[in-house]
Amino acid sequence: MNRLSLLILVVIFAVSSFAPALAGERLKLSTTTSTENSGLLCALLPPFEEMFDIKVDVIPVGTGKALKIAETGDVDVTLVHARSLEDRFVKQGYGVNRREVMYNDFVIIGSKSDPAEVRKAKTAVEAFQRIAGRQSMYISRGDNSGTHVKELEIWKRASKRPSGSWYLEAGKGMGAVLIMAHEKKAYALTDRGTYLALLGSNKIDLPILFEGDPVLFNSYGIIAVNPAKHAHVNYVKAMALIGWVTSRAGQKIIKEFGRDRFGKPLFIPLAIPNP
Amino acid sequence: MEYIFAGIWKAFGLIFSLDREVFDITWLSLKVSAMATILASLTGIPAGFIIGTEDFIGKRVLITLFNTLMAFPTVVVGLLLYSLISRQGPLGPLGLLFTPWAMLIGQFILATPIIVALTISATQGIDPRVRPTSLSMGANSFQTAGTMLSEARFALISAVIAGFGRVITEVGCALMVGGNIRGYTRTMTTAIALETAKGEFSFALALGFILLMVAFLVNIFFHWLQGRR
Repeated sequence: MNRLSLLILVVIFAVSSFAPALAGERLKLSTTTSTENSGLLCALLPPFEEMFDIKVDVIPVGTGKALKIAETGDVDVTLVHARSLEDRFVKQGYGVNRREVMYNDFVIIGSKSDPAEVRKAKTAVEAFQRIAGRQSMYISRGDNSGTHVKELEIWKRASKRPSGSWYLEAGKGMGAVLIMAHEKKAYALTDRGTYLALLGSNKIDLPILFEGDPVLFNSYGIIAVNPAKHAHVNYVKAMALIGWVTSRAGQKIIKEFGRDRFGKPLFIPLAIPNP
Repeated sequence: MEYIFAGIWKAFGLIFSLDREVFDITWLSLKVSAMATILASLTGIPAGFIIGTEDFIGKRVLITLFNTLMAFPTVVVGLLLYSLISRQGPLGPLGLLFTPWAMLIGQFILATPIIVALTISATQGIDPRVRPTSLSMGANSFQTAGTMLSEARFALISAVIAGFGRVITEVGCALMVGGNIRGYTRTMTTAIALETAKGEFSFALALGFILLMVAFLVNIFFHWLQGRR
């Protein structure tokens, strides 16, 4: 019976160790893979958590899904980057108090040999037309994320409906798509932050082939879930988080983030450009 | 090739430096999976025992059902559970989504059919003379059940190990209902999926090796529990 009593002891131990998981206030934030994968939130959130004695649960998914789980009230606040989807989210009454947080930009990356001669393109639309014209391999996020929404916007402007064996819909996060592009020497649209993070740690060696078109502007907004729609959301702390990321101190963290590791910041503050 | 060795090397580094995050992730995985397996055993073994030893109408259908449920894809369990516990779902007010409890429930659902199905086959392997002998010696039905289960204990422990193996390695359900929240619902498998997506192959591999080692240690524990033959 010695063994049995030990087993019971293990059970009791396992059960009791579950208790702390219940304690303390928690705030749920749905966000995009880019903010999580780049490591920004690990720098931005801890001071807030300490200030308010609260734990922020970060759920990293694509923008489309991040807004969807905010719509159903499964999170308290959401930080995303697809202006058209965000505006619709607020207009339909699911979210309130949207604030601009920061921006970076999208860039088109691909193999050094650049078979579709994207380097020669004058606009992002032209770059996409060249890729489609040459049927060079292109990897799409294909996951209704902010980046995917932007890709589709550019394809639409290029009046092309991409399909065929050269157009791969990965259905994965930004980092995974960049690694796929690296493995397959394919083109891809990426936010600069995730790209720099992977380039800086030698995960990929694809150069930027096109950048700078205003259409590639990528802004991030933070929105509280409307307490009128969902009575249970932690609206007050959601607003506190919005306050923190758009405060001088929060914006300063965004401005400095990545400077030491990548030589330049990954995101540029938008709420207070010069915190 | 070299990142495989880098992964092994890194795994040792992470284990022996007692890296806080790796420790937390491993601990959470173990805790949730162990709890789920214990709960699944507490319900699955009696259920399997009754199904396996009693005769009733629909017994074969029930056995086929549990055998089928063993192959239930983890993402489908995740999806069904998600729609139940989302704020829009019938259990929404409990606020279970994106908590370790949600993962625990999901893993319980995954482990139970395996334990039931393997318990059924374990009880069918018991010598048919055990039951009448035990009853004729004056044991009550609980004591008889205890004797029969004790006869089948090796197969039963294998059932529990199989259930544990299913849940500690699954990623689909934990990712969906847990949300892969750092320091809260990030398990070894969801962390491996995330680190791979980030291109941190050696870190992901290191976690993989740690997962293997944990499984090995748990099996040693069970082996010891089975006792020497």
